[in-house]
Amino acid sequence: MIPAKFEYIKASSVSEALALLDKHGDDAQLIAGGHSLVPAMKLRLNQPGTVIDIGKIPGLNSIKEDGDDLVIGANCTHHQIATSPIVKQKLNVLAQTAKSIGDIQVRNKGTIGGSLAHADPAADYPAVILASDAKIEVEGINGKRSISGSDFFQGIYATALGSHEMIIAIRIPKASNGVYLKFSHPASRFAVVGCAAIKNGAGISIGLTGVADHAYRASAVERAYDGDAKAASEHAVDGVAVMSDNFASSEYRSHLAKVFTERALSALG
Amino acid sequence: MSNYIGKSIKRREDNRFITGKGKYTDDLVLTGMTHLAFVRSPYAHAKIKNINTKAALAHPGVVAIYTGDDCGNFGVPCGWQVNFKNGDTMKEPPHPLLAVGKARHVGENVAAVIAETLQAARDAVELVEVDYDELPTVTDAKAAIQPGAPQVHDDVPNNIVFDFQIGNPKDEVNAAIESASHVTKLNFKNQRLSPNAIEPRSYIADYDVNADKYTLYTSTQNPHLIRLLMCAFVLGLPEHKVRVISHDVGGGFGSKIYHYTEEALVTWVSKQIGRPVKWTSDRSEAFLTDAHGRDHVTTAEMGFDDNGKIVAFRVHSEANLGAYLSTFSTACPTYLHGTLAQGCYTTPLINVDITAVFTNTTPVDAYRGAGRPEMTYILEHLMDTAALEMKRDPVELRRINFIPAFDGVNQPGYQTQVALQYDSGNYHATLDRALEMLDYKQFRKDQEESRTNGKLLGIGFSTYIEACGIAPSAVVGSLGARAGLYESGHVRVQPTGKVSVFTGSHSHGQGHETSYAQFVADTLGIPIDDVDIIHGDTNEVAFGMGTYGSRSLAVGGSAIMKSLDKIIEKGAKIAAHKLEAAEADLEFAEGKWTVKGTDKSITFGDVSLTAYVPHDYPAGLEPGLDFSSFYDPTNFTYPFGTHIAVVEVDKDTGKVSLKRFIACDDVGNVINPMIVDGQIHGGVAQGVGQALLEGVVYDENGQMITGSYMDYAMPRADDLPFFETDRKVTPCPHNPLGVKGAGEAGTIGATPAVANAVMDAISHLGIKDIQMPITPERVWRAMNS
Amino acid sequence: MQIKVSVNGKEHISDVVPMMSLASYLREVLLLTGTHIGCDTSSCGACTITLDGKAVKSCTILAVQADGSEITTIEGLAKNGEMHPLQSAFKENHGLQCGFCTPGMIMTASGLLDENPNPSEDEIRHGLEGNFCRCTGYHNIVKSIQHAAESMK
Ligand SMILES: Cc1cc2nc3c(=O)[nH]c(=O)nc-3n(C[C@H](O)[C@H](O)[C@H](O)COP(=O)(O)OP(=O)(O)OC[C@H]3O[C@@H](n4cnc5c(N)ncnc54)[C@H](O)[C@@H]3O)c2cc1C
Ligand code: FES
Ligand code: FES
Repeated sequence: MIPAKFEYIKASSVSEALALLDKHGDDAQLIAGGHSLVPAMKLRLNQPGTVIDIGKIPGLNSIKEDGDDLVIGANCTHHQIATSPIVKQKLNVLAQTAKSIGDIQVRNKGTIGGSLAHADPAADYPAVILASDAKIEVEGINGKRSISGSDFFQGIYATALGSHEMIIAIRIPKASNGVYLKFSHPASRFAVVGCAAIKNGAGISIGLTGVADHAYRASAVERAYDGDAKAASEHAVDGVAVMSDNFASSEYRSHLAKVFTERALSALG
Repeated sequence: MSNYIGKSIKRREDNRFITGKGKYTDDLVLTGMTHLAFVRSPYAHAKIKNINTKAALAHPGVVAIYTGDDCGNFGVPCGWQVNFKNGDTMKEPPHPLLAVGKARHVGENVAAVIAETLQAARDAVELVEVDYDELPTVTDAKAAIQPGAPQVHDDVPNNIVFDFQIGNPKDEVNAAIESASHVTKLNFKNQRLSPNAIEPRSYIADYDVNADKYTLYTSTQNPHLIRLLMCAFVLGLPEHKVRVISHDVGGGFGSKIYHYTEEALVTWVSKQIGRPVKWTSDRSEAFLTDAHGRDHVTTAEMGFDDNGKIVAFRVHSEANLGAYLSTFSTACPTYLHGTLAQGCYTTPLINVDITAVFTNTTPVDAYRGAGRPEMTYILEHLMDTAALEMKRDPVELRRINFIPAFDGVNQPGYQTQVALQYDSGNYHATLDRALEMLDYKQFRKDQEESRTNGKLLGIGFSTYIEACGIAPSAVVGSLGARAGLYESGHVRVQPTGKVSVFTGSHSHGQGHETSYAQFVADTLGIPIDDVDIIHGDTNEVAFGMGTYGSRSLAVGGSAIMKSLDKIIEKGAKIAAHKLEAAEADLEFAEGKWTVKGTDKSITFGDVSLTAYVPHDYPAGLEPGLDFSSFYDPTNFTYPFGTHIAVVEVDKDTGKVSLKRFIACDDVGNVINPMIVDGQIHGGVAQGVGQALLEGVVYDENGQMITGSYMDYAMPRADDLPFFETDRKVTPCPHNPLGVKGAGEAGTIGATPAVANAVMDAISHLGIKDIQMPITPERVWRAMNS
Repeated sequence: MQIKVSVNGKEHISDVVPMMSLASYLREVLLLTGTHIGCDTSSCGACTITLDGKAVKSCTILAVQADGSEITTIEGLAKNGEMHPLQSAFKENHGLQCGFCTPGMIMTASGLLDENPNPSEDEIRHGLEGNFCRCTGYHNIVKSIQHAAESMK
């Protein structure tokens, strides 16, 4: 397998990358880890004319504490996040999520920025991004903006990201009490259903991925929750158009969404 | 004396593999080599109205493009003819190297683009414009035989390739089922599987203009068979001018037995362009074009008397053979399948009735087990189901019905109702041992207890038998095989007493370089390092039928044994001369001939040297010590065993986890236990795969929706536990090594054990059956319906 | 494009097209054919190497992305003619049959043991999630890694 012809440019700074994006327009795509982009290019499902490598831009792969938040650079690999002592301490649910992605090799190369931008409906991070009220910090030649998870994920591979913008970092409020539980597809290991639950004081928040064409905040569960995980989880797919495929029909997927919501809620400390 | 036989000698081939020095076909680069890429049909069934190659030909780097118009009269043959019940010849429409007129399955070769680089070839493929007219599609065997179903081949009415029957007269069997005191009836789907050897198929052809010779490097399990088929039946090439080389091959499991269209095509192309040409399948192509396995839809009934004895067994299946007949496709649902319906049981009346069908799908052929796993699943799943229905213990039900032990020497072989005669067997022995390994009583207690804790534990049994080392040639010939099923074994003793062994078997993971050397070294009484095993090259090895059907050691090993006998016999003549003794007074042991009762002896090495430096030599004896033999077995061999699976079902999600897997197998004598265990492990994993994970699925348009590793689930390391294995030994009475074959036993035994375990875990909830693969959703649905 | 990489301790400067994967670069340009391609789309693990010390699937990395990196392939694992403990353990424990998945298995395991010298059976099995073996049922692969871990202590 071999991709269709393209030009490759390595960007050495964010501003250079943004200028290149601007110059090449829709024909250009960024590459970070390449673990979503390269297979799609090899299968010729995706044929960008220009590929801009942001993988080695300095500063994009740091994990920092900033007050009540963690700020995670877009180029942080899943492995880096899964093993980072700060993440484990302050936002273990994110480390847990990162660890559940793919396999060792994929985690060593794939990045959080790439995963979010790719917006696979079965990707793991979006559940936590939503449950934790994280903000996705993006930058374009016209400036920066910060997008909430609910605004960011819009559909299958569709996000609020403009074609000339890139993700710089993810700002996530620390949360000590959270879990991510996942029912993996037996072949791809992506989430058939993934549920992130976070408890903050009295409130809980739930993000579900794999269920619909994009991850969503299960607000009906959050509203219904009064300590009875089972009863609340019955609302996991309220108002949601649940996906169906060869492995899991929408009926079964809905059931799994409830089971995993209940399990996640029950697992909260 | 055995220094090596029966020992777990570490594999000699491993060094090259663990250091990255294996030599697989795609690793080779020839000077001036071009690359071939295919234009493949995106439709399951479509008329090809026009192919425009103009833009593609103009693409930089493109060397040539071929379509069915160029080579459509060449087609690959089927290697086994099965006739209709009424004696009519099976339907065998041509299988062209590139589609002619229409495409019959998604992925069928439509055009071949040859270019200087793979990049150019792949880019040019996108520039070939094919004008298709889509036709209605049929992918399901049952649907394909309905009146009015789309016709895959115009001249094959109702898409029926043949119908077939084996066993006792149908009316007798029907009558016995009707009068049985209990009948267990189930519908089965032995779902379609994709073999998925991790090395994709790869071919390089190199035509030498001056010598008018061809060399084909191919990832095949049987180089000689490929050469024979390609030369005699496809391209009409002079066989002595064609060399087929199959170096290291990254797994086969059946899928690399067959002579594929791509293989003949690269050979033909190499002559057309006068340059070497390489094609390596990518994984998407592998899913679409490597022959699939299984795909039978079955109804089967088993009748029992009041004592639980089986009185009759009948099976009716439609076997989906895909769009064309692959090399051994026709043998799989017939002689490799119906013949296993006896199992380990004394069933007096059996009838197996099969209809083989064309559909718009990838051709189906033998995949690890080939017809036998399908029957074993039917039989063993019926046994456990019957036990549940009759409230009998599945173990006891089997014991009541087992054929009593027979060794094939003091007791005769067992004549089945379905043509075969079993060689030797002791079915209670493997069952006893497996139960001991499990601790059956304790398990039932644990199970009881677990149910009260809301856990769903289940146990499943499979007491399988299988038939391997398929033979003898005359018999299989009378059943329609278009090839012999013997093997060649050539032993060349070098003057220094070192030994080169040339075998027609082929190793693609089985470890022949080690296990063959073990018995050769022991038989000659020499160090194993003095023995070299050579395979996989038609110029080095006289002839061969290759490796499949667990035949290597039983058939290929026996051929080598015959040559070793000849060597020892001739060596004795030389030894007698040198020792000035009568041949009858000599004995050969530990690598030397000794005059009985004396200390006068001569070593194998000295005799070898004498054979090649025949100065002081027996009169009239030819120099040299070099013998070649062909071995045609007198019967199949019949390994058997007991497999037990323990599973736990998650009652919320329906997900099945395999907790334990116990296998006690009897594969006859064992040369290298480590290798045999490894074969069982791998076989079991594939069997578990069929039970729980794998399955090729087509949508209503004939598009494969499981055509990648993102959708087609196969067992990974964390899906499986450590396997618990042990062994009993009932030697094969009819071959010199007493071996039976271990390559497929694991796959054949494992699938029903796992499926039965799932049913055992949940049948108390009123569930009758679940089709494979037993996915979480299927279990959940069954539990909630 | 020109890239500079260090492969098995040796520096290479090569001209490659951007379409070329790192796996193809290793196989076709450096003729290090021990790195195998089983799926070419990051699912089977046969192409696993270590890149700057981490196990990665080289089929899903462009050669140009690897510019400036240090790479170890199966060919570079043995040091001074001495097999790496993983290599010996795979042979001792019959951790391979056809050998096609083996380089990827060993390289993945080497990454795994680097990070977790003391893995449990479960951790090993999860660690091999990205690698298919169709021959061994993983039984002896897991055993091989357990033995290697033991001998590396
Ligand atoms: C075998 C396998 C298994 C996997 N399993 C899982 C799983 O279980 N769960 C899961 O969630 N994911 C899984 N993934 C996906 C994996 O997480 C990918 O690594 C990730 O989705 C993409 O990250 P990347 O850095 O490789 O992105 P790339 O492939 O480099 O890029 C992906 C897309 O994002 C864009 N992009 C990249 N970086 C940025 C940025 N900073 N700003 C804007 N756009 C950007 C690119 O242009 C491209 O369109 C799996 C992947 C593989 C190959
Ligand atoms: S070849 Fe790279 S993962 Fe399969
Ligand atoms: S040894 Fe053959 S795939 Fe693993």
